[in-house]
Amino acid sequence: MTIATPADLFLDVRGVAKRFGENVVLSGVDLAVPRGSVITVLGKSGTGKSVFLKCLAGIVRPDSGEIRFDGNPLNAGDAACRTEFRRRCSYLFQSNALLDSLTVLENVALPLEVTTQMPNREIRQRCLEALSQLDLEGNRDRFPGQLSGGMQKRVALARAIVTRPELVLFDEPTAGLDPLRRNAVFEMIVKYQRQFGFTAVLVTHDLPEALVASDQVALLDAGRMHFQGTPAAFNASDDPTVRAFRDSAGELRDTIAALRRGETIQNKNDL
Amino acid sequence: MLRFLGQHTLAIVRELGDFGVFTSRSFSAAVGSRKLGRRVVRSIYEQGVRCVPVIVIVGLFTGLVLGLQGYYVLNKFGSSGLLGTLVSLTLIRELAPVLAALMLVGQAGSALAAELGIQRNSEQIDALETMGANVHAYLISPRLIAAVLVFPIQTTFFSLVGLLGGYLSGTVVLALQPGVYWSAVFHAVHPRDVRECLIKAAIFGFLTISICAYNGFNAHRRKSASGARAVSASTTRAVVISSIVVLAADYVITSFLV
Repeated sequence: MTIATPADLFLDVRGVAKRFGENVVLSGVDLAVPRGSVITVLGKSGTGKSVFLKCLAGIVRPDSGEIRFDGNPLNAGDAACRTEFRRRCSYLFQSNALLDSLTVLENVALPLEVTTQMPNREIRQRCLEALSQLDLEGNRDRFPGQLSGGMQKRVALARAIVTRPELVLFDEPTAGLDPLRRNAVFEMIVKYQRQFGFTAVLVTHDLPEALVASDQVALLDAGRMHFQGTPAAFNASDDPTVRAFRDSAGELRDTIAALRRGETIQNKNDL
Repeated sequence: MLRFLGQHTLAIVRELGDFGVFTSRSFSAAVGSRKLGRRVVRSIYEQGVRCVPVIVIVGLFTGLVLGLQGYYVLNKFGSSGLLGTLVSLTLIRELAPVLAALMLVGQAGSALAAELGIQRNSEQIDALETMGANVHAYLISPRLIAAVLVFPIQTTFFSLVGLLGGYLSGTVVLALQPGVYWSAVFHAVHPRDVRECLIKAAIFGFLTISICAYNGFNAHRRKSASGARAVSASTTRAVVISSIVVLAADYVITSFLV
């Protein structure tokens, strides 16, 4: 894979910092996202991955740092720039955040209804198309509460792609799903990324799937981006933090074997 | 002590300013909002149709009690013929706007605060924001517009049912002639009284629904609680503050209008 120059970057994040009271969550995070790529931000639970993604989406305001979207800075005070960003970007929440008083069809139609002047007939057609692509036609009149977790995730994805965004931010898209559904979600993301050509930034701690599905991976640790590169480079890295995260399964195997042998093990990782 | 007072005064001033910005933003956001009419109709249904039973029940019993108490007091002075005057003016000038507003706060206001609090908690409001939607136009404006329209209608309804209650206790239960009662009502009530009643109702509607919406919308900003407790605390706060504001505003408006 060729290294992207700053001019090619669709999203360029530099030195983003965020603290909540005394708790420093992000202390200068950098991320370079080339156009049309799938980038996964990995990290332990509680390292601020979701906060980082919310800083990108503008839900959380960073204390400092710069975010450039398609070459233009996204300043907190520049409403027009932020509006333009929101028009071209979608955010898939970990909890899906579907409006539970609206049906599936109404949920998918919502972003078009509230942000465009598109005629109702065209909105309906576009929504039915999105639902059909995600095998949800039969559920269009049901409420989110009547759907399974996987279906809700697909509805959220349909709502995210119906506006034909150029950038989609995925916050833990596979949280709480079994391995088969986890695979299905990753397949879905890559499939629609190829189909619609959007740039995707994912946050997850599902390492094997992320390494297979992503063009690049990044590792967030202790408030900083510890690594960014291709999955091959991640696999080859000698960095202790990368190794600890990457080889966690092997480490667990060794620890369990030692415990079974009756050895005393010191706690190495914070929960 | 001084620091405590200063901090609390500053917090109150800051919140009042924030509330003012919230309300004005919600009203101004209505301009040009797509499908606003449909959302207003839904809000009218929530604050109007669904609240009719409670308005009818409370209005009827208020009229019945007023008729009963009024009759015994007036009868002591040989003025039971003025029962219609007493019931109608008490209802239209004071009780109908105040009690109808309190009932609507209890039903529609609390439901609104809880709904917005849950939407905030489950990131539904964040989702609307990330879509680029104007959340004030989508969630708050229709409720405020509906409140200004519905509260006067519900108050009128409350007054009419209350007058009927007064009639029932004065003439059916007690010994007053129906004609005497209704004649006193028609002679006592002036258009100015009705106008005052409707103005009060519209102002109460605007104030209470704004307060309930503000508290629900900002449920996540509560420092004393989080999650479900923040929603319940915000709903309680919304209802308590709205009820106090109705009574305080009633005094202020009455002193200006009388």
